[in-house]
Amino acid sequence: MTKRAVLALADGTTFEGRAFGAVGETVGEVVFNTTMYGYQEVLTDPSYVGQIVTMSYPEIGNVGANPEDEEGSRVHAVGMVVRALSEQPSNWRAKESLDAYLKRNGVAGIEGIDTRRLVRHLRTHGAQMGVISSEGLSPVALVERARSARGMEGLDLATGVSTKEAYTFTQPSPDVFTGLGEVQVPAEPRFDVVAYDYGLKKSMLHFLVDVGCRVTVVPANTTAEEVLARKPNGVFLANGPGDPAAVKGADRTVAALLGKVPVFGICLGHQIMALALGGRTYKMKFGHRGGNQPVKDLTTGKVEITAQNHGFAVDDASLKGLAVVTHINLNDGTVEGLAVPDARAFSVQYHPEASPGPHDARYLFDRFAKLMAG
Amino acid sequence: MPKRTDIRKVLVIGSGPIVIGQAVEFDYSGTQAIKALRDEGVEVVLLNSNPATVMTDPEFAHRTYIEPITVEAAERILASERPDSLLPTMGGQTALNLAKALAEQGILEKYGVRLIGASLDAINKAEDRQLFKAAMQKIGVALPKSGYATTLDQAMSLVEEIGFPAIIRPSFTLGGTGGGIAYNREEFETICRSGLKASPTTTILVEESVLGWKEYELEVVRDTADNVIIVCSIENLDPMGVHTGDSITVAPAQTLTDREYQRMRQASLAIIREIGVDTGGSNIQFGINPKDGRMVVIEMNPRVSRSSALASKATGYPIAKIAAKLALGYTLDELRNDITRDTPASFEPTLDYVVVKVPRFNFEKFPHADRTLTTSMRSVGEVMAIGRTFPEAYMKALRSMELGRVGLESPELPAEKEEREKVLREALRIPRPERPWFVAQAFREGMTVEDVHALSAIDPWFLRYIQMLVNEAQSLQEYGRLDQLPDEVLRQAKAHGFSDKYLGRLLGYPAEEVRAHRHARNIRPVYKRVDTCAAEFEAYTPYLYSTYEEEDEAPPTDRQKVLILGSGPIRIGQGIEFDYACVHAAFALREAGYETVMVNCNPETVSTDYDTSDRLYFEPLTIEDVLEVSQREKPVGAIVQFGGQTPLRISVPLEKAGLPILGTSPDAIDRAEDRERFAALIEKLGLKQPENGVARSHAEAFKVAERIGYPVMVRPSYVLGGRAMETVYDVSSLERYMREAVSASPEHPVLIDRFLKEAIEVDLDLVADSTGAVMIGGVLEHIQEAGVHSGDAAATLPPHSLSPDLVERMKDQAIALARELGVVGLMNVQFAIQGKTIYILEVNPRASRTVPFISKATGVAMAKIAALCMVGKTLKEQGVTQEPEFKHVAVKESVFPFARFAGVDVILGPEMKSTGEVMGLANDYASAFAKSQLAAGVKLPKSGKVFISVKDDDKPAVVDLARRLRSMGFSLIVTSGTHTYLATKGIEAQVVQKVKEGRPNIVDKIVDGEIVLVINTTFGKQEIADSFSIRRESLMHSVPYYTTVQAARMAVGALESLKRADLEVKPLQEYLGITAAPPGTRR
Repeated sequence: MTKRAVLALADGTTFEGRAFGAVGETVGEVVFNTTMYGYQEVLTDPSYVGQIVTMSYPEIGNVGANPEDEEGSRVHAVGMVVRALSEQPSNWRAKESLDAYLKRNGVAGIEGIDTRRLVRHLRTHGAQMGVISSEGLSPVALVERARSARGMEGLDLATGVSTKEAYTFTQPSPDVFTGLGEVQVPAEPRFDVVAYDYGLKKSMLHFLVDVGCRVTVVPANTTAEEVLARKPNGVFLANGPGDPAAVKGADRTVAALLGKVPVFGICLGHQIMALALGGRTYKMKFGHRGGNQPVKDLTTGKVEITAQNHGFAVDDASLKGLAVVTHINLNDGTVEGLAVPDARAFSVQYHPEASPGPHDARYLFDRFAKLMAG
Repeated sequence: MPKRTDIRKVLVIGSGPIVIGQAVEFDYSGTQAIKALRDEGVEVVLLNSNPATVMTDPEFAHRTYIEPITVEAAERILASERPDSLLPTMGGQTALNLAKALAEQGILEKYGVRLIGASLDAINKAEDRQLFKAAMQKIGVALPKSGYATTLDQAMSLVEEIGFPAIIRPSFTLGGTGGGIAYNREEFETICRSGLKASPTTTILVEESVLGWKEYELEVVRDTADNVIIVCSIENLDPMGVHTGDSITVAPAQTLTDREYQRMRQASLAIIREIGVDTGGSNIQFGINPKDGRMVVIEMNPRVSRSSALASKATGYPIAKIAAKLALGYTLDELRNDITRDTPASFEPTLDYVVVKVPRFNFEKFPHADRTLTTSMRSVGEVMAIGRTFPEAYMKALRSMELGRVGLESPELPAEKEEREKVLREALRIPRPERPWFVAQAFREGMTVEDVHALSAIDPWFLRYIQMLVNEAQSLQEYGRLDQLPDEVLRQAKAHGFSDKYLGRLLGYPAEEVRAHRHARNIRPVYKRVDTCAAEFEAYTPYLYSTYEEEDEAPPTDRQKVLILGSGPIRIGQGIEFDYACVHAAFALREAGYETVMVNCNPETVSTDYDTSDRLYFEPLTIEDVLEVSQREKPVGAIVQFGGQTPLRISVPLEKAGLPILGTSPDAIDRAEDRERFAALIEKLGLKQPENGVARSHAEAFKVAERIGYPVMVRPSYVLGGRAMETVYDVSSLERYMREAVSASPEHPVLIDRFLKEAIEVDLDLVADSTGAVMIGGVLEHIQEAGVHSGDAAATLPPHSLSPDLVERMKDQAIALARELGVVGLMNVQFAIQGKTIYILEVNPRASRTVPFISKATGVAMAKIAALCMVGKTLKEQGVTQEPEFKHVAVKESVFPFARFAGVDVILGPEMKSTGEVMGLANDYASAFAKSQLAAGVKLPKSGKVFISVKDDDKPAVVDLARRLRSMGFSLIVTSGTHTYLATKGIEAQVVQKVKEGRPNIVDKIVDGEIVLVINTTFGKQEIADSFSIRRESLMHSVPYYTTVQAARMAVGALESLKRADLEVKPLQEYLGITAAPPGTRR
């Protein structure tokens, strides 16, 4: 028999469905992602630490789970909400069902709820804390629990998920699929890059290697001096979860690197770079999470369809005189990219490493390589 | 990049008549494109030979040429209109082929016209399989192993390398005509021969079979700045081997990981760039090996297509409209997303529902054709359904099909175990239209998902859901009684798409009781929006679908509204004409201030464009689904008389359930449809109908036929398109008919009419209002004699041979009928004239197939007028009191799908076989007929040998034709009987053997290409059988053939008019005396 589960939001809204994945209770910020493919990449993306992710596409679990598609070492989202769960996967690479995968990772899910209602609710009332429970507690009690949970603002989640030790990464993209639009990987690495791990996705490292980088991944709290001592050709600021302003010391560290070495930041890395430049960030109502966000590259006029996952954004006005806004989101005009040409530094809010999502922005890794080549 | 300023006047080419592989979707795309161009201030010239389209309405394009889609006609239009650009991507393969011919022959250059959307280079690269292969190799996209052949020998040596099964694809054909799959050398040879013949370039591709691979399609859009987006991904439930038009398809793709999907997306981007489609939509098909993920590209269409229409409806992203604007130079980010208003068109729609498309076939019309589905498309229409999950969408789609099935009923199988298993396994292995029901049956018989997958290659993901539905049906059945069914279980069944009727059947209740119970338990659907963005942004367009969930997000307004019920899937007998009428109703009523609410389930149509009505419910047209909509919308009433039999069939129960029916009452409609009530009506008015009778049993049929005398016309009651209607010549034929074609019963009687020999058939359409005022729209005289279905017959407007007195008498009779029936709205009457006697064959108090034709020819929009009559506006108030007057002539000709059904006789009879129609417009009958023939794809010859063989009754009439052909310089070749007769009249002709007389005979000469025209009339069963191969081979060798002397007479007149002078072209607006609105004004 399937077990009942309840999703309760801090504002008192509740949904009843069936439990899947791990049995129990989980608390997190309830967000939604509108991508139709790649739920496994979403779940394993460390940026989802502390979040319960709702997939707006209703049929989820169709392709099960497999080891190649993991973006982090485990499932980082703390809960999952879906409309219809496939009990058995159908894909030649599938190793287990989504249900089994979540169980193995100890993550609770709820299925069979009106996810469109939930998405519309979050759109109107904003992302908020919520609880998934299959332990038979009353919805009222669960709402109370959601209400008392601490929100994402001011929370330094990045330091928590970051690697504890520095390590070297030299693997190119896995050749699960070869050919087609893939970059020719140089035989010998040309650049030494230090990558700050604020909660990075594996694909970023692969894409760096693909353009000729030997990557040293370092913990989020590594000092600028330590990094510069490695004499890198460039520094990469990865993505990560939570509030950029709360990542301890990161803005000062990056400020100390800017101008000394080429810098490329993505997502949380982009926000930290903006803070390092003296800009401000703010929490968005419900963020951007999906694989269809149109971004215009103001330098070329071209539009790229991008993968996104962020709940905070860089305040446009705060960058005046500090950096050039290079990319904007065509849906809502928010800042999607900035550059400080003199400092040979640039960053984007969205995810050129895709996974899941379109590969339109992969050229940014080449741009970084070019910058390092001088 | 803003709009180009050098594009001021654009020629748009439509797709011509509806044929298999090219249907209503191009009216949808063309209409959208024209509206988009006009909105941008561009002057639009349209060429399309199909009068039943919305796009050819005179108020859409500035200059509308209803002319043959030929190089000659197009050149004349270019010469007189001098457009600066030609948009070739909106009218399917027809438009693309014409544009290609115009470019290659230097005609575009001569008139300084540029192609916008796709260049000649891009068209060639995408369409020529050799160039395509080279292009794919260049960008590193894999294709199945393949090679080209222009001769049979080349093909044979190729297949040695490639192996069996092998796929044969002819170059430059639509819907894969002439192609197929060969499993052995013999089959291979046959298919190669027909493929080489079908290809205009005599080229075929022989290809590695990727049978059973997963099949996908991506809809791609590109702008001038090289921005590319994917609008939609589609996964075929039927794997590779079945044409995508004949496959059940699902959007979005369901069984891909992000890596696989992105690889396909990347390939699509690379392909559209390499092929060089400048702007607009393209469709790219892929195959994926389910065992190892190997991906190959199958083909690309550098234009909007059936799939792009489906993708537009599936996502809410209007591809054709956007493509038209991109062709003017806009970039995607400069265009808005209509649905969200605030966000740009440069994004990729994301779905939060599942879409299922199911094709609709008409094999029952071609009983001798092989029903196996192959790479050559044979479906005539399709339905689409939207649900939040696959099972919900799948079940909604199946019940939208109007096949008399309400769920996953058991198909017929032999009782004996071994035989049963054999039949079942074959039905799973060989794709045929009814496979979905065999798949369900397989689970009922205890087969596993693995078993069914091994036989059908259908992905296990779909199979598991179907198995779940079968199990659910069984457990529902076990509850036994409705009141035993827990609410939760019922709600779940509804969420999985079980209709009230299916639930009723499982539990033993009428659907109404299930519905009443469901309503009492407050289990009702909610409606959600199709919004392109999975609710990330607010949507403003009420494009809705039902589901059983918590939140309803589109409450009805409090405006006065009218419900318009569409016509469901296109099929032979219920085509585009009915969608046209529904669209007109929506336009007229919206203008009159009503909120229009459309219900339909056909993704190809203009009626399911979210722009057409105020609210669109994309729902099955069943009593249940319509009632749920009407009970929430509470319209002033529903229009059921425009959508063909689909809404009519449910009108009585809808009325009973409290939905007011606008216009003519369902009872009056029944009075015209029910044979006995109809006979009483005719008698009451003192009119005549052919002697007839109703047979409620087998034995009764013979009695009635005996009384009337053979030959007789037989048919089941309540049909459209003359389904299963036949002329029966003797007792043994009647015996066979009663045994094979129908089963007569008290509920389903068989109708038997006297066959009116040598009678002239006439169609008359009128509009009547609630005061009894009537406007005659037009009178169409058929060219073929009575006995040929009116949907198949060629016809002229006005009549070409009837005396004015007869015509007046028919009008009087029609008016009397309309008043007696209390018609408010449209009515069609079919007459037969024998000598001076007028017989009433049929009265149809509803929109008929001829309404768009007459409206187009006369400029009087009958369906719009009728819609307003139905909401109480009188004809007088509308200022329509007079029958339209005009000086020109319009000829209707039908087009047939015979070439796609091997072994089928092409002779016309009382059962409708045509898929579409064209119009020839001119100032005289001969020229108009000539145009109609050219438009229908008939190649009228200027010299050569004409074959004549006619039945005795026709011999006197053919003398004149023979003389005229001779004087035009044609030589004659005739059978011995005709020869003797012509010799007595002093007409010289060569004799040829009949088929049964030995060889070489006439068929050999047709096959050898010696004959340029065939005139062959026959009567009687044996004669028809004897001459079958003449007609079939004529068709297969594109030799024009006429099977009635009347049509032959028209054809000879047409040849004479072509000899005299080239045909003039003239826009519809000039024929109708309409001054075109200046460019830039909105419709």
